[in-house]
Amino acid sequence: MSSDAMAIHAAEVGAGRPWVQTLHEWVTTVDHKRLGILYVLLALIFLIIGGIEAIVIRIQLMRPHNDFVSPQVFNRMFTMHGTTMIFFVIMPVMFGFANYLVPLMIGARDMAFPRLNAFGFWLTAFGGLLLYFSFVGGNGLYGAGNAPDVGWFAYAPLTSRAFSVGHSTDFWTIAVLVSGFGSIATAINIITTVLCLRCPGMTLSRMPLLAWMNLVMAALVILAVSPLTAAQIMLSIDRYLGGHFFDTQAGGSAALWMHFFWIFGHPEVYVLVIPAFAFASEIIPVFSRKPIFGYPAMVAATVCIGFISMAVWAHHMFTIGMNSMANTFFVLTTMIIAVPTGIKIFNWLGTMWGGRIQFKTAMLFCVGFLFQFLIAGLTGVMLGTAPFNWQLGNSYFVIAHFHYVIVGGIMFCLFGAFYYWFPKVTGRMLNETLGKLHFWLFFIGFHLTFDTMHIPGVLGMPRRIYTYEPGRGWDTWNLIIGIGAFIQGLAILIFVANLVFSYFRGSKAGNDPWDAWTLEWSVSSPPPSYNFASIPTVSSRRPLWDRKHPEDPDNRYE
Amino acid sequence: MSAVTTLIIQTQSASRLPCRGKVGMATLIIAESAIFAIFVVAYLFYAGKSLTGPTPREVLNPPIFFSICLLSSSLTIHFATKFLERGRRGAFLGLLSLTILLGGLFLYGTAREWYRLIYEHGLTISTNLFGTTYYSLVGLHAFHVTAGLLMLSIVLLFGLAGRVAPEQAGRVDVLSLYWHFVDAVWVVVFTVVYVVAR
Repeated sequence: MSSDAMAIHAAEVGAGRPWVQTLHEWVTTVDHKRLGILYVLLALIFLIIGGIEAIVIRIQLMRPHNDFVSPQVFNRMFTMHGTTMIFFVIMPVMFGFANYLVPLMIGARDMAFPRLNAFGFWLTAFGGLLLYFSFVGGNGLYGAGNAPDVGWFAYAPLTSRAFSVGHSTDFWTIAVLVSGFGSIATAINIITTVLCLRCPGMTLSRMPLLAWMNLVMAALVILAVSPLTAAQIMLSIDRYLGGHFFDTQAGGSAALWMHFFWIFGHPEVYVLVIPAFAFASEIIPVFSRKPIFGYPAMVAATVCIGFISMAVWAHHMFTIGMNSMANTFFVLTTMIIAVPTGIKIFNWLGTMWGGRIQFKTAMLFCVGFLFQFLIAGLTGVMLGTAPFNWQLGNSYFVIAHFHYVIVGGIMFCLFGAFYYWFPKVTGRMLNETLGKLHFWLFFIGFHLTFDTMHIPGVLGMPRRIYTYEPGRGWDTWNLIIGIGAFIQGLAILIFVANLVFSYFRGSKAGNDPWDAWTLEWSVSSPPPSYNFASIPTVSSRRPLWDRKHPEDPDNRYE
Repeated sequence: MSAVTTLIIQTQSASRLPCRGKVGMATLIIAESAIFAIFVVAYLFYAGKSLTGPTPREVLNPPIFFSICLLSSSLTIHFATKFLERGRRGAFLGLLSLTILLGGLFLYGTAREWYRLIYEHGLTISTNLFGTTYYSLVGLHAFHVTAGLLMLSIVLLFGLAGRVAPEQAGRVDVLSLYWHFVDAVWVVVFTVVYVVAR
């Protein structure tokens, strides 16, 4: 990068100006890159908070008859852990990356609706604040409970006024509702940006897979978060206006809430995992030095997953006693969704096959993702079988399964994305030594915790249990799980230290440290506020390859 | 040769990309439809499951006149936009006012029906499942009508101040999409509440 650009950047970030002015610029910003960074920072703060809650849960369960926290606090911890991690860590961080990368990758100067973008971010941020304000404000006039303690899916009738006095459930409802509006706003923005702002030559079939997958993710947000919004409105009507939607005493149905929640809840899993697929689809080709294998199949598989994911929700509900038609239907759809997911795994392996693989930290995380996500998918197929589910539903086996998806799959890709795009965002490389340490510690901690977690599940340990009797064969496993949790916590601390250290002291990145092929690497690091001095024109899926190798452009082969 | 192809690609893709206002509004409409779908499902699921009265058959009268008002307002906003495109300001403002009037009439109809249900039949949102689902679904729709009326009124105020020119016809068109959606939802709500589940 030229020194001029650096100087301009230094002027932009406000060296030598009062900090209030810099703060004001960040608070009032409508720039997609700054909002992307804000989303990611918000998510990192909540990641630390949600992580501490997880550690509290694990300390409590490390040995039988433990009383590290009271049962009431324990209930709040697992509720807040789940809600925080889903709504205020992974969703914002994925939106952050989408915000930052999609316009750069499709050659646009900003998102389609910059002010709507800022609106969406601040709704999410205030939703998170509202959720945590419950620790202070949830007491209300009742003196009963503070933070939400109804579990992250808040089944009826536990959420009715009779069983959840005070305002804790209302804080949960409103926080999720408000951040949901923010999510819908951002999803509208992503869809519109991808459909309307692509640079000349960037046809849909040449769009980077990250943009494609975020398009599908945004469509899923539209179709999944809206039902949750409706359900939360109904819950509020029940709690504040005396409605009977989920009031079993007046003929209402508790199962209806389950359906409404999981109509949101299952596509939500794909809302979280499809952006992770997107990271893998950008990182694996670059570090294998090969274009992605089977681009059209990848796109088709993603769209397939998007559709099928809308028809699998009741596999979360086999244990409530549905009729055999419903059970069969949801077993079959759940099995079918493994097919496009399997196609993706084969395509990533096909990309690596015969490539000159460079095991940078970003690539390490993606390779970890591949194998762990496969195992997560396999336990998913097991749990998707109704009879198996009847045996192990609501046990620690389920917890182990979905943490394998979320930590072993999504978080690993996410860390890979941090190592891959940090140079673009800050202009400095993340330290590779610390990165490798982060990877190996997290990898060991992850497997200690979540491999072993399957076993107490099979031995009958139910989820959300406060404590347990000794001598059931759960003790040692829970101890190991707890130790693994601490190792993961340590790895996260190293990661945060790496972020801070490298931001100030990291080696200079230059425009294109990975010799990559998508448009974001064609501009300076960090990119100027206008992104592209002149809007680029592309003629293949790897525009930067074409620029670097004019004698052998990609469009000959596409 | 390559310069020519680039040029062709440029013009092609420039002309093919859709307008962002319309795409944004269409996406919002899909999201809103999903919200309405859940309320409609709840209404149908609970139809006839109330443990106490009053029942829909006893108390509901189809608001035919007010429904015609709302549906015809779709026509008026459509032609208002067309007139704006052609620069006929008077016709635009007249039809826009008529749209707001028709929408307002519809809201008045809803208010009158609710008044009757509450004061004559004692049906409130907490009376029974019918009350809960009815007021939620119809109320959600009325809320959307209100939001639409506010936005249309803002356009009208700007129009009266002479700030709406034919160049802004595209934006008014985007707003009219929302208004058409509100009307289309009413067709569904009307069918569900006053025909199917009565």
